[in-house]
Amino acid sequence: MKRRLISWLKSFFFWELFQGLRVTGRYFFARKFTIRFPEERTPKSPRYRGLHALRRYPNGEERCIACKLCEAVCPALAITIDSEEREDGTRRTTRYDIDLFKCVYCGFCEEACPVDAVVLTRFHDFHFEERGQQVIRKLDLLKLGDRFEEEIATDRQTESKYR
Amino acid sequence: MSELHNYTLNFGPQHPAAHGVLRLILEMEGEVITRADPHIGLLHRGTEKLAESKPYNHSIGYMDRLDYVSMMCNEHAYVLAIEKLLGIDVPIRAQYIRVMFDEITRLLNHLLWLGAHGLDIGAMTMFIYCFREREQLMDVYEAVTGARMHATYYRPGGVYRDLPDQMPQYETTKWKSQQDIDYLNESRKGSVLDFIETFIDDFPNKVDEYETLLTDNRIWKQRTVDIGIVTPQQAMDWGFTGPMLRGSGVEWDLRKKQPYEVYARLDFDIPVGSNGDCYDRYLVRVEEMRQSARIIKQCIQWLKNNSGPVISNDHKVTPPNRETMKNDMEALIHHFKLFSEGYSVPAGEVYAAVEHPKGEFGIYLVSDGANKPYRMKIRAAGFAHLSAINEMVKGHMLADLVAVMGTMDIVFGEIDR
Ligand code: SF4
Ligand code: SF4
Repeated sequence: MKRRLISWLKSFFFWELFQGLRVTGRYFFARKFTIRFPEERTPKSPRYRGLHALRRYPNGEERCIACKLCEAVCPALAITIDSEEREDGTRRTTRYDIDLFKCVYCGFCEEACPVDAVVLTRFHDFHFEERGQQVIRKLDLLKLGDRFEEEIATDRQTESKYR
Repeated sequence: MSELHNYTLNFGPQHPAAHGVLRLILEMEGEVITRADPHIGLLHRGTEKLAESKPYNHSIGYMDRLDYVSMMCNEHAYVLAIEKLLGIDVPIRAQYIRVMFDEITRLLNHLLWLGAHGLDIGAMTMFIYCFREREQLMDVYEAVTGARMHATYYRPGGVYRDLPDQMPQYETTKWKSQQDIDYLNESRKGSVLDFIETFIDDFPNKVDEYETLLTDNRIWKQRTVDIGIVTPQQAMDWGFTGPMLRGSGVEWDLRKKQPYEVYARLDFDIPVGSNGDCYDRYLVRVEEMRQSARIIKQCIQWLKNNSGPVISNDHKVTPPNRETMKNDMEALIHHFKLFSEGYSVPAGEVYAAVEHPKGEFGIYLVSDGANKPYRMKIRAAGFAHLSAINEMVKGHMLADLVAVMGTMDIVFGEIDR
């Protein structure tokens, strides 16, 4: 009987609504946990899988040896490679295209590459302005690699013990 | 007098409350629904067929995209099926990591469900609070797998990489004071496990907040109590699983009934409802979140105290460690063979199912001994739930349809696959 009376009173005086208002009211004055993108950014882990890049050795030689493992392992068939022997007798790619509309950013290509040539960088907010730009070519990939080399190298360093 | 016809209403596929691309043809009598006919297939991507043309490992990433709010659980069913066919063992640490991530995924799914269900039937604030917690879990996903959603983390034989012992931190900017940055970084000082632990310790309080906002709220109750009642018999007849079945009072959970991985060692309860209406299913899911938190807590304890390999060292199936691959010829051969051709799986048929946040998610795999599946069939929980929509909404008002759909927790990625 008493319980029924209390619950009736609670219901009559909108008790549960005020309880709810108390929760929302508390957050109204609480410290903000949001950030203002893009000036501020959320932390990214060294494992982040963003835009691709092709790396070089410290002496400037490109790493990729055109073994085509990444092409074979890519589930989305996003990578296209043509290869040729260079004058100095090494095997290199003449064409290395990644179609970013096909790519699912699974990271398998990086996992497969035996010489750490193709990597996924932390860079994720890229855009295209014209049709056809979504296919990035070898030279652009190498340029991306040069641009982010420092970050890529430290990230691979931190990750090396887990792989 | 002219002849009166029922009014036919086209609901979706672009309706904001339609959870993706649901299209319903509703026959209305005034505002009462007399027939609801779901039209599916607008998100069909042919995942099953696609898997037949790719080596086994390639499809892991596609599993994430089936039910795109419970990514790792889908992967789990897939790798379980392959492991069953191959007959390989998974290291115990990998099993704990998998269970932990399955439960994190369950939280992710239920939080999105609660937020979206609330939004659908008029509780705007829930969405924001749920996403605040989701964001933290997404950060865990990212720190461990490298992607916020489509993880591609599980592998036949274990998981890709061990948990990192650092949590990425916020960087100082001129937009925030050092104090604020320190506040944001407070829980990120330790390892990923510490971060999850801090989160999980606080999580029950967060669930209490959700409950304060909803459980007793009269508007919430008016919208959900006695809506879409499913009797236990009906639930079983229609092939319901997961919270939809448990909400009707049937205690069925694959984690208890046929424990996979290490669930048998963990201590948790299965909540069941009694009336089988939308409100009971809401209560079941909320309680499931609390139980998941309990499971995660136990996994963290174990993972902190024990170390070990996270992937089997059968290099016919799993890649060798990178260091070895670069120095050892045999390892290099394994590496090349695995990434170019994959591995062959003995001929046979297998069905593996996990308790997915939405119900039973199963993979039926037929192998003819090649490196690709001969046939793959996905058993999506949402499909059975959606099939019953006609029976569930018949006689209800149009607005109740939204509540029923919310309570089904349907995601079209898995229904249309
Ligand atoms: S990330 Fe995956 S989908 Fe994208 S190019 Fe690499 S292997 Fe292909
Ligand atoms: S990027 Fe790596 S995997 Fe791909 S062809 Fe070059 S060396 Fe081989």
